[in-house]
Amino acid sequence: MTDLVLEQAVTFAAQSASLLTFDSFLLSVAAKIAFALGLFFVVPLVGGYMEHKVMARMQHRRGPVEAGPFGSLQLVADGIKFIQKEDIIPRAADKWVFAAAPGVALVPGMLIFLVIPLGPGVFALDLELGLFYALAISSISVLGILMGGWASANKFSLIGGLRAGGQLIAYELPLILAAITVAVQAQTLSLVGIVEAQSTFMLPGTDINVWFVFPQIIGFGIFFIAAMAELSRPPFDMPIADSELVFGYMTEYTGIKFAMFLLTEYGGMIIMSALMVVLYLGGWQLLPGVPLPGCDGAGGLFDCGWLGTLAGVGITLGKIMALVFVMVWLRVAYPRLREDQLQRMAWIVLVPLALLNLAVVTVAKVVF
Amino acid sequence: MATTSAPGVGLLKGLGVTIKHLFKQPATQMYPKQRPDLAPRTRGVIALMDENCTVCMLCSRECPDWCIYIESHKETVPPAKEGGRARTRNVLDRFAIDFSLCMYCGICVEVCPFDALWWSPEFEYAEYDMGKLLHEKEKLREWMDTVPAPPMLEEGAVAPAEVTDAIAKKEKELEAEAEKQREASAAAEAPKSKAVESGGGAPKKADVEVKGAGEIDQETFDKLIAEGKSERIARSKAKAAWVRKEKERLRAEQESAEGGAEGEGAGEEAAAKPKAAQVEVEAGQIDQETYDKLIGEGKSERMARAKAKAAYVRKERARLTAEQETASAEPATDDAQADDAGAVEGADAEPAPAQKVADVHVEGTGEIDQETFDRLIAEGKSERIARSKAKAAWVRKEKQRIIDEGGDA
Repeated sequence: MTDLVLEQAVTFAAQSASLLTFDSFLLSVAAKIAFALGLFFVVPLVGGYMEHKVMARMQHRRGPVEAGPFGSLQLVADGIKFIQKEDIIPRAADKWVFAAAPGVALVPGMLIFLVIPLGPGVFALDLELGLFYALAISSISVLGILMGGWASANKFSLIGGLRAGGQLIAYELPLILAAITVAVQAQTLSLVGIVEAQSTFMLPGTDINVWFVFPQIIGFGIFFIAAMAELSRPPFDMPIADSELVFGYMTEYTGIKFAMFLLTEYGGMIIMSALMVVLYLGGWQLLPGVPLPGCDGAGGLFDCGWLGTLAGVGITLGKIMALVFVMVWLRVAYPRLREDQLQRMAWIVLVPLALLNLAVVTVAKVVF
Repeated sequence: MATTSAPGVGLLKGLGVTIKHLFKQPATQMYPKQRPDLAPRTRGVIALMDENCTVCMLCSRECPDWCIYIESHKETVPPAKEGGRARTRNVLDRFAIDFSLCMYCGICVEVCPFDALWWSPEFEYAEYDMGKLLHEKEKLREWMDTVPAPPMLEEGAVAPAEVTDAIAKKEKELEAEAEKQREASAAAEAPKSKAVESGGGAPKKADVEVKGAGEIDQETFDKLIAEGKSERIARSKAKAAWVRKEKERLRAEQESAEGGAEGEGAGEEAAAKPKAAQVEVEAGQIDQETYDKLIGEGKSERMARAKAKAAYVRKERARLTAEQETASAEPATDDAQADDAGAVEGADAEPAPAQKVADVHVEGTGEIDQETFDRLIAEGKSERIARSKAKAAWVRKEKQRIIDEGGDA
């Protein structure tokens, strides 16, 4: 019985071998957990630093300059500061829910990093249902936000939490529809498989290799906008709208709990960018149809030497940071949407467009 | 949507603007590491020039926050002149500004009538103790060292009186120096002429250094008064004019004396002498005709007298110049003529009878005009000066007498 379960589990996992899989089971688990946690605690800080700097320069400021070289350790300093701060729980708050909410929001972020492939063999797990897993897990974050909004016993928090709930439900739909379209085209839900599919996808009738962003430019746009809304990033930051709701569902949070919500947001930026890189931008390929140095494997994506592996990781992280840059750019350029504009945009524009996109791609997939 | 551009263009424009600004230099000034660029008249701290403060209390009273504290006592100052009244004066004991109350409105600086309060751009005087923001007189005086110089005047603005006065003073000094040099060079030449001149030139040379005792050039004075200048200005300018004229006269005298000495020797000495009378016309006499006319016109007595005096001086001078002109024309030394060229018009204005001029030849044997002598002594002149002037006055009077007689005959 246990053998069967284990066998099934093995078939769900292990589409392709991870570099972090060792002979010892415990060692493999430890390495994979370390990989996911390392990603979760390091890359968002880099993204956050870039947000600080880019936003500042776009606003004629300098951004952080004091902590570390060029202020690069500012977020670390902030984290240390948050840990030292008093952890206040409002008297009327629902204590357990209030305390659990940041964790509920944060942990899904960590879990998603398990399936995100950074390079040839550089991933913790290659689940057959990787894409499904990522989207399902990311939806849990909204639960933490709703919990925080409700448990704070604060009107601003409650309104912020409900706005977040409404917004996440509204934008989950186009996000998932756009992702499904990619899955349809790639004929797989495995994230590594999607990257592989992109390396072998030719424009119909030619032998020109392109990424999915070209046939699915509309889907990419939908996914990008929906991802921004999912993350409550400006201009979709109605849940925390500072000028209306103080700080939305985070109003009553202080210290380390507030830091956890912030880390969730930065981590979310990285996760969504990584998904976009994997789904639309060819993963760790430098250019369409250009294999990494030293890689043979399927489509020149696997069995790389250490140089090719490092190059692949670097390329993926570079693409992620480029997308984070675009998110920051949009944040600086655009004012916040109104709540009704936000909902109208999701239900009247994005959902029909995503459905149409899905239909067109599906038909095209059958025809060609 | 009111604009005509296609939808979405505005969004792209927004992105364009932000990306453009990404590559611009940040406006941040790295303050603690670098001094910020402050405007030249920044209101950082208020400085006190306590020497200028008269304890008028205007600043303290105008201060909306009442953050200026002034204490003083009165002192008696002895009279400036003997027989004057003793004055009282306020002496500043304490002047403090509480910068924890000050709102930097600058009303105290604006209202100070004696330029005792100034704005300084210094701003780094934050304290951990609020009480230390109360800056006492000494501290406020220290800030004075950081006050920037006043801004430059606008192009074409009228220069301030202090500056013009200073320039005039300097010019005068330079002129005096040049004068001295000229004198020195003249003195170098002097010995040969002196030998021939038999002492006649010596007192003259001493006179080139003009010492005014308040004499004014009446003509200049009257002209300035007529132009509507204040009496003070007119008087000082007239004084200066007098000094100038005097100098000129003495120089001319000297030159002609030298010229004469070189040309024909001691024989010409007497001919040169009358020139002394040319400018120095005895003041105090008035031209009765002018006086009457002005009184008739309803002018005040003071004004009429001044103008009449001036008229007298003018006439007298013109007459004497004309005389001299003809007198020196016969010996015909060129430089003497050139010196007196300006006076020719005066001669035309009131022509003197030509045959009389030759007669104006006064031989002085040391006689002095007692009246003039006494007056000058009373004015505090040295005896030497008084004597020489009195001598000159005697010669003038004598000449006048001769001419009058000649005119009558």
